[in-house]
Amino acid sequence: MTSLIAVFKREFRSYFYSTTAFVYVTLFLFAVSVFTFYIGDLTGRNQADLTPFFAFHPYIFLMFMPALSMRLWAEERKTGTLELLLTLPISDRALVLGKFLASWAFATLALIGTFPIWFTISFLGNPDQGLILSSYFASFFMAGGFLAIGGYISARSSNQIIAFILSAVISFLFLMTGFPLITEPLMPLLSPYMLDLIIHFSALIHFENFIKGAFSVSGLIYFCAMILFWLCMTEIHIQNLRMGR
Amino acid sequence: MLYAHGLEKKFGAAHVVNDVSFDLTRGQVLGFLGPNGAGKTTTMRMLTGCLKPDAGKITICDTDALKNPTLAQSYIGYLPEGAPLYIEMTPREYLGFIAEVRGMEKQDIPPALEKVASEVMITDILDHPIETLSKGYKRRVGLAGALVTDPQVLILDEPTDGLDPNQKHHVRRLIRKLAQEKAVIISTHILEEVDAICTDTIIINHGKIVSYATPKELLSQSELYNAVSVIIETSAHAEAISFFKTHKFTEHVRLAGKMPKWTKLIIYPKQKQYILGEVSSILHEKGWRVAGVQSEQGRLEEVFRKLTLN
Repeated sequence: MTSLIAVFKREFRSYFYSTTAFVYVTLFLFAVSVFTFYIGDLTGRNQADLTPFFAFHPYIFLMFMPALSMRLWAEERKTGTLELLLTLPISDRALVLGKFLASWAFATLALIGTFPIWFTISFLGNPDQGLILSSYFASFFMAGGFLAIGGYISARSSNQIIAFILSAVISFLFLMTGFPLITEPLMPLLSPYMLDLIIHFSALIHFENFIKGAFSVSGLIYFCAMILFWLCMTEIHIQNLRMGR
Repeated sequence: MLYAHGLEKKFGAAHVVNDVSFDLTRGQVLGFLGPNGAGKTTTMRMLTGCLKPDAGKITICDTDALKNPTLAQSYIGYLPEGAPLYIEMTPREYLGFIAEVRGMEKQDIPPALEKVASEVMITDILDHPIETLSKGYKRRVGLAGALVTDPQVLILDEPTDGLDPNQKHHVRRLIRKLAQEKAVIISTHILEEVDAICTDTIIINHGKIVSYATPKELLSQSELYNAVSVIIETSAHAEAISFFKTHKFTEHVRLAGKMPKWTKLIIYPKQKQYILGEVSSILHEKGWRVAGVQSEQGRLEEVFRKLTLN
């Protein structure tokens, strides 16, 4: 546990060593604001809710979560510090978890930075605070899911740019599964049951359920399973690296 | 303290490490030598738990490193090849991180850090970002990382690479001092290092151990071992050569260099016996003028080439 905390702290602090953290959070808040106020027209709707704010999170996360996760392992591989890390007395699980939690904590910090939007709406009207909480919860878990995907891709690559692009593509596929873009080409190939199953893999459907106020256990299980699956894949890959594969 | 038996590692069709076995006790400094790509770094990575062997057994401080890798790793301080570091950190932060991951108690970290910083002479740059440091300082920060928790086994991949002669001398002295309480393995290309700090050597070639000996035993394999160099007046050299060539202790005589006034001869003894005393007596009896006589220690470079050039 001590080792996990040490890895978490090092990884979390690493965002602050340069201007990375400042630039990242600034760009994230700028993107969120642009989408919320200009494209989502939050103030022009005359409704005291944050739907336009949360509705764009999945798409904003497609860019911003891979940007956070791309360096998790790829940088260690490139600079050779991965060898150092793998010789320290820490289990692969703790290593994977420590790094993932650090990136998730940083993403949460960026998410917390959006509180002025919530504050503004709460000041101007009387929004459903339960719904806002449920939506933040969904954003938090979706960020975790995308970071877990990105962590695995980063572990497989020593090139951060490739890790970024692949993470964004895979996250996009997970997001859009169940939408015509994905299901239509599969229709002639799969049975209706299989198609239905694929639709249930859509992160966007589960996310939208949350922001519509339908806090579902299945949604929670979905995001937790997604995070666990990709963390396990990362751990297996680190074990494979130890085998020299 | 460290026991490796029958280590094997294949990468695809390449048999990188093939049946490597050795053991190491406290006080020993084992020099790991071999040409590039011989399997030294792979062996070190297996010992440190970074790579799992395909076959074999590793025991570190009575702990089976394959069954309980994390505990085994806690006994090891490792300096990887090239000393990779988190360059955005300062040495103080970096060493603190290593100590923390290695499970050191929080209150023990600052004194341990000061001690190791003083040992490897980095006290003055402890709070400078690593990326701004010179190569020599970076190497020493890496070395400090291996030493900070005072591990029982030290594995150092080219510990003096990138250091200036004074720093090399200091690090070698430090390793010799540390070896009194620890078991140390160093990988090196610098053969003079073997003579300076190692108690034992392993030469590895194509993944196999081709020699496992003390530096002295290694030197004794040199053709030059116990040969006698004589710098003799050029006017007498022809007579000296024909005399020594036919002497009972001589294997052969070689003309090693010729200047107008002085000529250097090397007399190679049969069975590499020690002949300095006899040669000196003969030179004295014959009354030949000589500028120098010395017994050769042998050359590690020659032995290394002989064992690895195939």
